[in-house]
Amino acid sequence: MSQILCSPAPLTTKEAIHELLADKGGAEYYKQMRQLKVNQDALAYDLQSTCKSRTRTWLNICAHCGMCADSCFFYKTNNNDPKQIPSYKIQSTLGELLRRNGRVDAEFMMHCMDVAWGQCTCCNRCGMYCPHGIDTGVMFSYLRGILFKQGFTPWEMKIGSGMHRVYGAQMDVTEEDWVDTCEWMCDENSEEWPGLEIPVEKVGADVMYICNAREPKHYPEDLAQAAILFHVTGTNWTVPRVGWENTSLTMFAGDFEGCAMNLKRIYDAVERLKPKVVVGTECGHAHRATVVEGPYWAGRESGDPPVPFMHYVEWVAHVLRTGKLKINPEKKLKMPCTLQDACNYVRNDGLGRYTREIMSYIAEDFREMDPHNEHNFCCGGGGGMNGIGRYRKERNVGLKNKLDQIRATGAEMVVTPCHNCWDAIRDMMEVYDEHNIKWSFLKPLLINMMEIPPNIEHVES
Amino acid sequence: MLQTLSGPCFVASLLIFFVGLLGRAVWYVRGLDWRLERVAYGYHKDRSIPGAINSIAKWLLPGGTAGWRAQPVAMLAFFLLHFGAVLIPLFLLGHTVLLEQTTGICLPSLPPNVADILCIASLSGIALLVLRRLFSPTLRQLNTWKDWFVLLLTFLPFFTGLMAKFDVNAYDTWILLHVITGELFLVLAPFTKLAHIVLFFMSRAQLGMDYAIKRGGRARGGSFPW
Ligand code: SF4
Ligand code: SF4
Ligand code: SF4
Repeated sequence: MSQILCSPAPLTTKEAIHELLADKGGAEYYKQMRQLKVNQDALAYDLQSTCKSRTRTWLNICAHCGMCADSCFFYKTNNNDPKQIPSYKIQSTLGELLRRNGRVDAEFMMHCMDVAWGQCTCCNRCGMYCPHGIDTGVMFSYLRGILFKQGFTPWEMKIGSGMHRVYGAQMDVTEEDWVDTCEWMCDENSEEWPGLEIPVEKVGADVMYICNAREPKHYPEDLAQAAILFHVTGTNWTVPRVGWENTSLTMFAGDFEGCAMNLKRIYDAVERLKPKVVVGTECGHAHRATVVEGPYWAGRESGDPPVPFMHYVEWVAHVLRTGKLKINPEKKLKMPCTLQDACNYVRNDGLGRYTREIMSYIAEDFREMDPHNEHNFCCGGGGGMNGIGRYRKERNVGLKNKLDQIRATGAEMVVTPCHNCWDAIRDMMEVYDEHNIKWSFLKPLLINMMEIPPNIEHVES
Repeated sequence: MLQTLSGPCFVASLLIFFVGLLGRAVWYVRGLDWRLERVAYGYHKDRSIPGAINSIAKWLLPGGTAGWRAQPVAMLAFFLLHFGAVLIPLFLLGHTVLLEQTTGICLPSLPPNVADILCIASLSGIALLVLRRLFSPTLRQLNTWKDWFVLLLTFLPFFTGLMAKFDVNAYDTWILLHVITGELFLVLAPFTKLAHIVLFFMSRAQLGMDYAIKRGGRARGGSFPW
């Protein structure tokens, strides 16, 4: 292969994506990365203009007290390896970069990459345990942005960012594919659910639903389940034709320009369709990217999205609370259950109260993990880590922490309303040969246990 | 010599200390950028102010946060050191007298035996920190000569002050050393990690606001459960 695969420029064409995809595992890509020239002047300029008092103060006043060490699951699962202390990880990368004011080589940048993506999921837990309030996860996310601009991004993340830029989705799902999938899922299920609809681009609906491209691409039944739940609860809803995807591999990649493009597509859809609220699927980072960080990328000074956005758990809690969705008590989960708190909307958006509210409706024997809610540990696969082959070994080591937490509850079912966590939990069960614990999104559980109101026609299949 | 040191030099070091720290605080606030940090500092004051206060207050309370509770030894060391480190410089009788003589500012003073106890507590806090640093592999990895230097800078004024009180025969020497090391501390504070004297409050307030404004303040209602 002689073409240039690794460069600071983002991927902006289908061809470029396919070329990079053809380089299996990024073997050639990483080889080229080693030869990449660091643009030291641009790097120094970037650091000067974007690394301001907050971050510099964090790095300067860190007391090296080590209180953050135990808070990081990588430190714990790597036998308390001092190299995994959050403070050490950030000081030896971003800290060093600042000390040298960008006078670094490709080898150092690759080291930064390996730490920023391979030793941190940006779960932000360590920031809660630092007396000075030093949020290392935030700094790693910032560092990813610096690295992306110079071309030091893991292969899968580079592709992911390109997908968003080219397809407006994290996978190659075109507008046509999307609309077809909506129709297909509607047809598939309308025999069982007469009158089922997936209204595309309906103006003035109460709810605009947005989801994760994996759903139309790999699990279209998830979309059907969403439709059934909207149908059963009598929700006036729609999906946009463009701007239906709320995940953001761009955020994981550090491609913040790409993040802003994603936001624009979604907020434009809001503008076109004028929904009262936007409901996003069971995905943690998608919510973070669209609702928590997103408004800022879209330049909204108040930090609020243009209309209220709800994570799926917020919506489910709402329909359960208001009685629009009723649970058949006979069908509640009987086995011991636990709940995975996704950092991206629990620690970082305070939605833990809603997931707990939901558990009170659906589970008879709910057991909290220890620690839980805001203090939860990352599943082990966040921040893009699940998807990066280069760090597979590191990830698998980290997964053990969550598995131990789950096992300690004695639960046989982990309710997991987050795609990333769901993947991580699936993988940990396989990696550590655990076959007695199941995991699930909310939608299939709810469909199995809901009561169908008399006005809704249902034909048993 | 003692007179110069405890006269004009003292005033000068106080000035450097206060102006320097104030400068760092101002630089901190001016460097905040709502776009870069993605925190709408100017909005949602109803959540952000309580969020900031809470983020500071809980960490000032022994056992006030999960972080403190998870690390009782570290907590003990920090609080032992910091009670004295905050109260003694401000309210020790000798200090208040000196302050009044040189600047005219009058502060209430601590009963001498309370001050002694606080001083000894601080020194034990420092001793604990030293032990922690020596015996924990985690901390050995993190600490550099700078960290040791800052600890030494903190230790010396306490130690010399206490010696001046108890080693009466060598009072003159100790008090001279005490004044020198005390002023060294004041002068260097704004330029070392000791600047956390103010930046701790800045940084904690910022993170508290971040969580209150952006990361869940809306849904969480109450304050962040530190
Ligand atoms: S807890 Fe905070 S101050 Fe202590 S080492 Fe970690 S980041 Fe630094
Ligand atoms: S953000 Fe999470 S993964 Fe990253 S260093 Fe902190 S605790 Fe570890
Ligand atoms: S995958 Fe889930 S638990 Fe892991 S970082 Fe993302 S939201 Fe957090």
